[in-house]
Amino acid sequence: MGVALTRSAQWTAAGYGTRTLEITPLNEVILKEIAMFVESFIYKHPQEAKYVFVEPLEWKTNLDPSAFESGYIVSETTVKSEEVDKDGQPLLFLSVPHIKIRSLGQLSRLLLIAKDRKLKEAQACIKANRDPVTKILGLDYNTVKEDTSTVNILDKITKDEDPESEIKMKVGMLLKQLDLYLLNHSLKRISLQICLNPTTVKNHIELLKHFSGKGEQTVLESIDYTSDYEFSNGCRAPPWRQIHGEICYVLVKPHDVETLCVTCSTEGVFLNGGKTEDEGEINYERKSEMYKDLVTFLKEKSAKFSENMSKQDIRFTEEWKKENEEPKEVPKKEEADALPKAFLASSKNILEKNQINFGKIQMTKRLEPTLNWKATVDFKKHKSLLRNTQEKKHGGRLGRSGPPVSPGRAQLVRKSAEKIEEILSDSSSENEEDEEPPDRRQEANADLPSEYWQIQKLVKYLKGGNQTATVIALRSMKDFNLAQETCQLAIRDVGGLEVLINLLDTDEVKCKIGSLKILKEISHNPQIRRNIVDLGGLPVMVNILDSPHKSLKCLAAETIANVAKFRRARRAVRHHGGITKLVALLDCAQSSAKPAQSSLYDARDVEVARCGALALWSCSKSNANKEAIRQAGGIPLLAHLLKTSHENMLIPVVGTLQECASEENYRAAIKAERIIENLVKNLNSENEQLQEQCAMAIYQCAEDKETRDLVRLHGGLKPLASLLNNTDNKERLAAVTGAIWKCSISKENATKFREYEAIETLVGLLTDQPEEVLVNVVGALGECCQEYENRVLVRKCGGLQPLVNLLVGINQTLLVNVTKAVGACAVEPESMMIIDRLDGVRLLWSLLKNPHPDVKARCWRNGSLLVGGLELIVNLLKSDNKEVLASVCAAITNIAKDQENLAAITDLGVVPLLSKLANTNNDKLRRHLAEAISRCCMWGRNRVAFGEYKAVAPLVRYLKSNDANVHRATAQALYQLSEDADNCITIHENGAVKLLLGMIGSSDQDLQEAAAGCISNIRRLALAIDKARYT
Amino acid sequence: MNRKKLQKLTDTLTKNCKNFNKFEVKCLIDLFYNLMGEVTERQGITIGLDRNAFRNILHMTFGMTDDMIMDRVFRGFDEDNDGYVNVSEWIYGLSVFLRGTLEEKMKYCFEVFDLNGDGFISKEEMFHMLKNSLLKQPSEEDPDEGIKDLVEITLKKMDHDHDGKLSFTDYEQAVREETLLLEAFGPCLPDPKSQMEFEAQVFKDPNEFNDI
Repeated sequence: MGVALTRSAQWTAAGYGTRTLEITPLNEVILKEIAMFVESFIYKHPQEAKYVFVEPLEWKTNLDPSAFESGYIVSETTVKSEEVDKDGQPLLFLSVPHIKIRSLGQLSRLLLIAKDRKLKEAQACIKANRDPVTKILGLDYNTVKEDTSTVNILDKITKDEDPESEIKMKVGMLLKQLDLYLLNHSLKRISLQICLNPTTVKNHIELLKHFSGKGEQTVLESIDYTSDYEFSNGCRAPPWRQIHGEICYVLVKPHDVETLCVTCSTEGVFLNGGKTEDEGEINYERKSEMYKDLVTFLKEKSAKFSENMSKQDIRFTEEWKKENEEPKEVPKKEEADALPKAFLASSKNILEKNQINFGKIQMTKRLEPTLNWKATVDFKKHKSLLRNTQEKKHGGRLGRSGPPVSPGRAQLVRKSAEKIEEILSDSSSENEEDEEPPDRRQEANADLPSEYWQIQKLVKYLKGGNQTATVIALRSMKDFNLAQETCQLAIRDVGGLEVLINLLDTDEVKCKIGSLKILKEISHNPQIRRNIVDLGGLPVMVNILDSPHKSLKCLAAETIANVAKFRRARRAVRHHGGITKLVALLDCAQSSAKPAQSSLYDARDVEVARCGALALWSCSKSNANKEAIRQAGGIPLLAHLLKTSHENMLIPVVGTLQECASEENYRAAIKAERIIENLVKNLNSENEQLQEQCAMAIYQCAEDKETRDLVRLHGGLKPLASLLNNTDNKERLAAVTGAIWKCSISKENATKFREYEAIETLVGLLTDQPEEVLVNVVGALGECCQEYENRVLVRKCGGLQPLVNLLVGINQTLLVNVTKAVGACAVEPESMMIIDRLDGVRLLWSLLKNPHPDVKARCWRNGSLLVGGLELIVNLLKSDNKEVLASVCAAITNIAKDQENLAAITDLGVVPLLSKLANTNNDKLRRHLAEAISRCCMWGRNRVAFGEYKAVAPLVRYLKSNDANVHRATAQALYQLSEDADNCITIHENGAVKLLLGMIGSSDQDLQEAAAGCISNIRRLALAIDKARYT
Repeated sequence: MNRKKLQKLTDTLTKNCKNFNKFEVKCLIDLFYNLMGEVTERQGITIGLDRNAFRNILHMTFGMTDDMIMDRVFRGFDEDNDGYVNVSEWIYGLSVFLRGTLEEKMKYCFEVFDLNGDGFISKEEMFHMLKNSLLKQPSEEDPDEGIKDLVEITLKKMDHDHDGKLSFTDYEQAVREETLLLEAFGPCLPDPKSQMEFEAQVFKDPNEFNDI
C-alpha cells in the first residue's frame, strides 16, 4: 500500500492530525488506482512483494476473520498469515478489529480477500497510516526527506551491495512510480480547475493590454511587466522567486488609482511592496489579500476598471472564455510528456535525471490533494509550511505546477474557476448598483488624450511648484475649455481636484484665487460637485467667505453656488456655518454706504452681495437652509437688496426669495418687509429671468388673500396678464401662469384679469403647452370660472373643448385642476350641455376610476374636488335629456363599484333621483337605470330606500320590455331589491314572479341566475311567513 | 536731523507722492531713519539703505525669499543706481509697492522681471527666474524640462506678438486680462497680509505723533 505515498508527503507535512479522507471523485479515483496497484503487485513484482516493511501498517479493519482461507491460521478473533519474516513473525496479523500487515504481498492478498470492500480497506489503511512510505521503507526513505534522500539511497545502495537493500530500493522506486502516475492522473483532473499558470497569466495580461491605453473608455491606463526577460518556462520572476510559485510582476496603472505593483503567482494575484525607487528592486512581500486572478484583483482595486470592464464585458468575457479554455490543455500536454518519461525511469541511472521531475511532482502532490480535503487549515500555517518545503527544493519548473491554494479557499477557487464567467458578470452588475447613477457618466466619444495629458502635466506643476509656478499652471489650466466635460473630468482623474482644494487651504491669495476660478468653472459638472464635496472642499470654501479679500469671497460664494446644487452639499454648507457667512455677504452692500472709499469699492461690494445671493439661492433649495437663512437675518437683507436696480443682483435675490416663499414663515416676513411691491416692480423689468423669478415668487406668496390683494394694489396683475402674450420662454410662462392662478383665487383679481383680457389668452394657452404651463393655466381658469362672466367668456372663447380634451391626461395635478375647471364651468347649464356633448361627463367618471390614490382619497376624504365631480354627476340626474340620463346612470353604475364613491353618491341623494327616473319607457335609460339601481343597492339601507321611493313597482314593469338587456339588468336589480322583505312583497304584488319564472328559462346565464335568485328570495319569504303562521 | 528739516522733507515728499498722506509720509520717514540707525548721523549725509539692509527688510517684513527677486526689487527702488535706497527713493518705492495703482505696479513689476533692462523679458530671463519654482523630481531625467515647459506655457499665454519674448505691451495686455499674472515670475510685491501688518505697525495711532 505504498500507494498512500501519493498522500504521504502531504499528510505529514500538513500535520492534519485526525482528519478523515473525504469522499470526492478525485479521491475515489486515487483509491481505486492504489487498490489496483496493490492488488496486482503480487503478480507483477513477486520479488518485491516479499519485502518486509520496516514498521507494519496498522488499521481497523471491517474484515471478518472467517473471510481468510488458505495460507492463514484462522481462529475466532485472530488471523495469522503462514508467511512469516526472518524472525518467524507473521506478516499479517489480525486481531479483530485491528490488523497489522508487513508486506506488499500480504496487502495484495488482503485486498483480494476484501473483494468489493477493498476500497474501504484501502481508505481505512491510508487514513490510519499517514505516512505509509516511512513505515514501509523506513525513515531514510521517507519522501518527505526530499530529493536528497534519493541520492542517499543511491549512495547506500552502491556502498553495501546488500540484496535486501536492492529490493527495498526497488520497492521504493515502484512506489514512487505509482505516486507519479497518480499525480499525473489527478493533475489532469485538477488542471481543469486551475486558473493560474504562466500561460493563463500571460494571456490575461495580453488581453488586458488590449483594452488599455489612453482615453476614458479603456479599462486601464497601462499594464506592463517589470521585466522583459521571459524564462523558458514562461515565468518572468527570477528563479529564486519562482520557487515561491511566483510567475511574474506587473505594473498596473488604473485610471483612478496610483500605479499598482502586482505579483502574479500560482496561488493567485496580490499586491506586493512595490518597486523601490532607487534600485528598481521589487519588494516581494505580500501587501494585500490574494485574489484569484488579475481581473478580480483589479476590480477590487479600481472602481474605474470594474466600471469600464462592465462596459467591455461582453467583448471581454468572450475572449476571456477563450483564454480560459486554452490553458486547460497546456498542463495536460505537459504531463502527458512527463508521464512516459517517469515510467521509463525504472533504472537507477535515470533516477537522477528524474530528480527535477520529482521535485516538481512533490510540490504538486503536496498541493493538489488539499483540494480534496474538507479541511480549513490556518492559512498562515499552511503558508509557512509551504515555505519550509519549498526551501528544500530547487525548482526550475515549479511555476508550471498546480496552484498551491490554501485549503480554505480551495473549494472556492474550484467553483469560481468553473463559473468564472458567471462571477465576472455578477460582480460587475453589483458594481454598477453601487455607483451613484449620475456619477462617472462619460461622454460617448471621450478620446481627447492631448488635453488630458496637458492637464496632467499642469497638475504635476501644481503639485510640485512654488507659488509662482502654481499661479502659472493655474492660469494655463484656466485656458482650457473648462466648460467641456472632458477637461473637467480630466482634472479630476489626474488628481487635480485634490490639489485645487488643498490650495484653498494655503495662505497664498493668488493661488486661492486661481484655484477658485477653476473650481468655479468645473463645478458646473454634477460629478465634479460631488467630488468636491467628497474631498471636503465645502468647509474650506466656507472659511474663505470670511477672508478680507472681496474677490476671494466672491469666487468662493460663486463656487458654493455651483456646488450646492444637491442636498448633501447644501447640508454641508449649513453644517459648516456657511449660511450665516453667506447672509453676512449680503450685508456688504449696505455697509458700503459708509463714506470711506465708497466709490472705489462700491462695485465690488455689490458683486460680493450678488455672489452671496447666488450661493443662497442654491442653498435655499433645502428647507433647513431656508430656516437657517431666516434665522441669520437674511430676509431684511434680501428685501434691502431688492431695492437696488442691478439686474444681476435681483435675479439671485428674487430667486432666493421665491425658493424660500414656500415656507409659511417667509411669506409672513415677505409681507412684513413689503417685498411684494418690489417684486411687482421687477415684473416690469426687461430681463426674462428676472420676470420669471418674480412671477415664481408671486406664485409662491400669493397663497394668502392679503398678498393677492397687495399684488393687485401694486398693479401687478397687468404686467402678469401682458406677460402671457409671450409664450416662447416656457419656464417664464409657467411661472407667470402660476402667479395668475394663485392671484385669481381672489375674486377681485379674477375680475381684473378679465379686464386685462387674460381669460382669452389663457384659453388660447390650453393647447400645445408643456404640462407645467397647462396645470397653471387650467388652475387659473378654474379659479376664474368661479365668476359668471368668466364662465361665459370661457365658453364663448371655445375653452370647453380643450378643457374636456385635457380630461384624458395622466398628470394628476393637471387632472385635479381640470376637473375643477370643468366642474366650475358646468355650473352653467349651457356649458353643461356642451360638456356633455363633448363626452365630458363620461370622461369625468372614467377619471373617478383613476388609480391614483391621491385623486380618489383626496376627493373622498375632504369632499373637495372630486366630490364636486360626483355632485355634478348626481345633479345631472335632474336633466331632461334621456340620453344624458342614460349615460349618467351608466356613469353611476361604474362610480358605485367603489364603495367610497357609492357612499358619497348615496349621501348626495342618488337614491331618490334614480327612483324618480324609474317611470320611463326608454329602453336604454331603463337598462342603465336598472343597472345603477342594482349597484346602488349594495350600500347601507339603499334597498329599503328604493322601496320607500317607490322605484320597485316601475322596475317590475321593465320585465315586459322587449329588450333582453333590460331584462337582465332589471332581474339583477330585482334580485338585489328582493333582499328586503317589503320589496319582495311589492315585487310579488306586481306580478313579477310569473315573468321571472319565464326568464329562468332564458339562455342568458346572468338573467337566469338573477331571476332565480329573485324568486328564491320571494319564496323564502313566503316560507318564512308560512312557518311563522303555523308555529 | 532737526525737526525743521524733517518737516520740510516731509512736505516735499508728500507733494510728490500722491499715494500717501502727510502723516503716512512722516511715519515712513521716521521708519527710514530708524532703520538707518546711527550711520546717517555720523556721516552727516544721507546715503541710504544698502542692498543688504534693504533685502533684510524685504525678507523680514514682507516675507520675500527669492534672492534674485529681492535684488531686482532693490534695483527697482534704487532709481539712481547708486547702490543705496535714499529717503525719497524709499518713499516713492513704497508708494508703488504698497499703494500703487495697477499701472504703476505693472511698470514696477516689469522692471523687476526685466533682468537685463533691455525692455523685454526674454525666455532666458524667465527660465532664470523660474528655475527654482518646481520641486526637483528625482525620477525625472531632465529636471529643467518642467521649467522649460513652464516658460513655454507662460510665453504662450503672454506673448501676444509671438516674438518669443515679452515686451511691456505684451505684459500689460496679459495682466489686464488676468491680474494674477502681475507677479508672473515671482513675488515682487508684498502679500496682502504682511502689507496690512506693515501698515498697521508703521501708521500707528496719530495721537502718538501729536508733536508733528
